[in-house]
Amino acid sequence: MSSSQSTSLESVVISDQTPDSIAQRKTIWITFYILLAITAFEFVIAFVKGPAGLPKLLVITVFVTLTLVKAFYIVAEFMHLKHEAKGLIMSVVIPITFIIWLLVALLTEGGSMITRWFH
Amino acid sequence: MSATATVISPSNDIWGGGVEPLNASYGKLMMWFFLVSDAFTFSALLITYGLIRYSFPGYQGEVENFVFSVAHWPIPEKVFTHFPFLHGIELPLAFVGLMTFILIMSSVTMVLAVEAGHRNDKFAVQKWMLWTILGGVCFLGSQAWEWSIFIEGIDGWHANLKDNPYGPPAFADLFFFVTGFHGTHVLSGVVLNILIYYNTVMGVYERRGHYEMVEKVGLYWHFVDLVWVFVFTFFYLV
Repeated sequence: MSSSQSTSLESVVISDQTPDSIAQRKTIWITFYILLAITAFEFVIAFVKGPAGLPKLLVITVFVTLTLVKAFYIVAEFMHLKHEAKGLIMSVVIPITFIIWLLVALLTEGGSMITRWFH
Repeated sequence: MSATATVISPSNDIWGGGVEPLNASYGKLMMWFFLVSDAFTFSALLITYGLIRYSFPGYQGEVENFVFSVAHWPIPEKVFTHFPFLHGIELPLAFVGLMTFILIMSSVTMVLAVEAGHRNDKFAVQKWMLWTILGGVCFLGSQAWEWSIFIEGIDGWHANLKDNPYGPPAFADLFFFVTGFHGTHVLSGVVLNILIYYNTVMGVYERRGHYEMVEKVGLYWHFVDLVWVFVFTFFYLV
């Protein structure tokens, strides 16, 4: 896994048929199909939400949840963060949670601006 | 330097102390911290979209009766209806769906290049990097097309930063800023990918003994894909 221990000037090519390599590629493709399926599902909702008269709050909740699921798979598997040291995971994830604060604060602000501009 | 130093670090990617904090090399760690800061920048842009979006009235009636007006925020599936070579046919969000697919696919080829790098398989790294570059270029081309259609507007009414035929001026402003800033990131990513491809072909990583640089640039490339997932949801779906 780690690529930093090799010190030789000649690199040895390892076969792509080792169990490790096969398992890694399997994970990559499973992640791809998950992302594809979620995106396709999002499209279905985008088209049926109007005719089916789905409540707006429900639709937004579903979209945001699915987006976070996709984000998890990209960061955890493609960016490999799930398999990094716990300290590294925390250094990335904890600062990111502050975004929720900004989101709540500014959406509330937007909601109050509407009443000032249009009423 | 000192008489006590008997063990000289054999590789240049071991830190001064001899141990890599968090089991990650300096470059990888710094790439992660850069991406955290970049995530804040993109969050600021997308949350600004949310703020301005909610400071305008939403459209109230039925979707089929929707008309473009500065009085309410446009519905995205009424704005983005075009598809190349299919002029006159309304295909809401189909093109942006294709762009999403292209970017996810190029993320897959990138991670396959990283996997090939772990095995020191130079040929496979080259192959997957080429596919990744192709995906990036396709995405940039799609975005250029998307912009040109957006700017062209409706019946000679062009979209710019002051005025657009779809809705409040802020709608077009945010479209240009958010997708433009993301597109700039994709462009930088393609340039970096080309550099990595070139270095691979020239045998730089083969001589170095590892392909970690592919991994570091891969992190950046996946991040660009990650941002697009959010842009796609908040700009086109919600």
